[in-house]
Amino acid sequence: MHSRFLLQMLRASGVGLVLAAGLASAALADPATPVPNKGDTAWMLTSSALVLMMSIPGLALFYGGLARSKNMASILSQVFAIVAMVGIVWVVYGYSLAFTEGSHEPVPFAGRVSWLADFQWNNLVGGLDRVFLRGLTPDSTSATFSNGVVIPEYAYMVFQMTFAMITPALIIGSLAERMKFSAVFLFIFLWVTFIYFPIAHSVWYWAGPDAIADAARAVLDAPDDAAKEAAQASLDAVMANAGWANKMGALDFAGGTVVHINSGIAGFVGCLILGRRIGYPREVGPPHSVTMSMIGASLLWVGWFGFNAGSNLEATGTTALAFVNTMVATAAATLGWMFTEWGTKGKPSLLGMISGAVAGLVAVTPASGFAGPMGAVVLGFVAGAVCYFFVSYVKGWFGYDDALDVFGVHCIGGIIGALGTGILVAPYLGGVGLTDYAAKPGSASPGDYVMATQLFIQFKTVVFTLLWSGIGSAILYKIVDLLIGLRPVKQAELEGLDISDHGERAYNM
Amino acid sequence: MKIITAIIKPFKLDDVRGALTAIGAAGMTVTEVKGYGRQKGHTEIYRGAEYAVNFLPKLKIEIAVATDLVPAAIDAIATAARTGEIGDGKIFVVPLDHAVRIRTGERDAEAL
Repeated sequence: MHSRFLLQMLRASGVGLVLAAGLASAALADPATPVPNKGDTAWMLTSSALVLMMSIPGLALFYGGLARSKNMASILSQVFAIVAMVGIVWVVYGYSLAFTEGSHEPVPFAGRVSWLADFQWNNLVGGLDRVFLRGLTPDSTSATFSNGVVIPEYAYMVFQMTFAMITPALIIGSLAERMKFSAVFLFIFLWVTFIYFPIAHSVWYWAGPDAIADAARAVLDAPDDAAKEAAQASLDAVMANAGWANKMGALDFAGGTVVHINSGIAGFVGCLILGRRIGYPREVGPPHSVTMSMIGASLLWVGWFGFNAGSNLEATGTTALAFVNTMVATAAATLGWMFTEWGTKGKPSLLGMISGAVAGLVAVTPASGFAGPMGAVVLGFVAGAVCYFFVSYVKGWFGYDDALDVFGVHCIGGIIGALGTGILVAPYLGGVGLTDYAAKPGSASPGDYVMATQLFIQFKTVVFTLLWSGIGSAILYKIVDLLIGLRPVKQAELEGLDISDHGERAYNM
Repeated sequence: MKIITAIIKPFKLDDVRGALTAIGAAGMTVTEVKGYGRQKGHTEIYRGAEYAVNFLPKLKIEIAVATDLVPAAIDAIATAARTGEIGDGKIFVVPLDHAVRIRTGERDAEAL
């Protein structure tokens, strides 16, 4: 801000540009105010576009191909409309609720539960500082995971926006072919507001490495005991200025919990509340285009490099690690599903391979920047086999109509990934270990890792997400049902939502 | 003159065309159709779930031949389209009253 202002003043008063540029670069060299690196900025904007491509057309085609042709336009429309709606909600209040500092007032009634005694609003949801993107300028910056490295806040905001777009779009796979467009639209609006923004804040919001380094440095520099005590208190406050799961030490690199478990359980609850499609299971037709689904799944795989490697928030070696993990875990999961299906059903299907690939992408999401590549291979293989088991057997045993297998792939794959991350981050398993920003202020040093402790933290975060999203979504479905009804009339469902909701056909041939 | 309609497995089309050409049948019309017979379709497995596929894809071929060529044409189709498996299809023969070659105006046997 300061250097920019100076530049304008100099230009206005007619001083040469050369002098102005010299002054500006002198200001840039000041270590106290880091400026974004052009490479990091370019990578984050590229990643944001890649994640958008995951939703449209990637996810839309993947889901659409799995549905019957009479509901193809319905699936495509739902994903497209959700992307557009969340984009607007995000700049109006979503970004602010998810990624700004919230109120430090205690949450009412939390004090009555001993282990929730110091639970503040900020542990659950952000504030209103960035409503309508108030105060955000091209000079605003956001912290990364490295000391002294920032990226433009606009880049951070739009990157996180693409996550908020795809997460609710994942849910519609469970609701496919039997929920009115209006009900989907209203439900998703409520869901991002009351479920996604709080979970994203709980898991991802923190003060950032520089805030921790500054506070930790003050503790070291304190001249006497009284000053040290005060500095320690302020360091504690900085460390506590984080979402509930983040403060606890939960690891979720790119959103295994926030995106996949969160949407997977919301879809599962939705398919139970909606009930089965007419004719399920025997009289529902097979996927209308495995070809479309293969195109969609492949676009998801490519886009997922933005999702996972982009989540490092800068372009470094860890970014490359996340990229490699995303590649190999997905390959392993494809084989995991393929061989399991081949062995149990006799044939390796294309639909099985692409479903396995998506399961692997889901599972490696939380682990992508933490596990080593060999750990990622194991994780992917396990996810492919276990998700196959849930989709092919468990769904049939219990008879729920999770139409496009959001629960079996995203929720189960997400849980495998979240717990697996707690294991595979171990340095002795090839992982990168934990990071301590306070021990040596200004640089990241290895943190204390105990597998059982980390696993328990991961487990608590999974349970919290399942409960918050599961119960919260059930309430929201009921509210939408009371307001406008969830299901179309029988005739409309039989005719297909393409005609009954949208008045058009996906294919006119 | 007769119309011979045969419902066959799609991948047998080239064999049937070759056999009919060999006995001197002059033309053929092919349509992609769906249907079922005594087996009432079958089931397919997608993502481990069984789906009932009631109508299976088939080809319907239609040829118009002189009456004396009918037995040879039926034999040619039946031999070429046969796999011995369920779903090989059926052959129907119906009388044909008139035929016209539109370009020349030729009638009946000359038009075939």
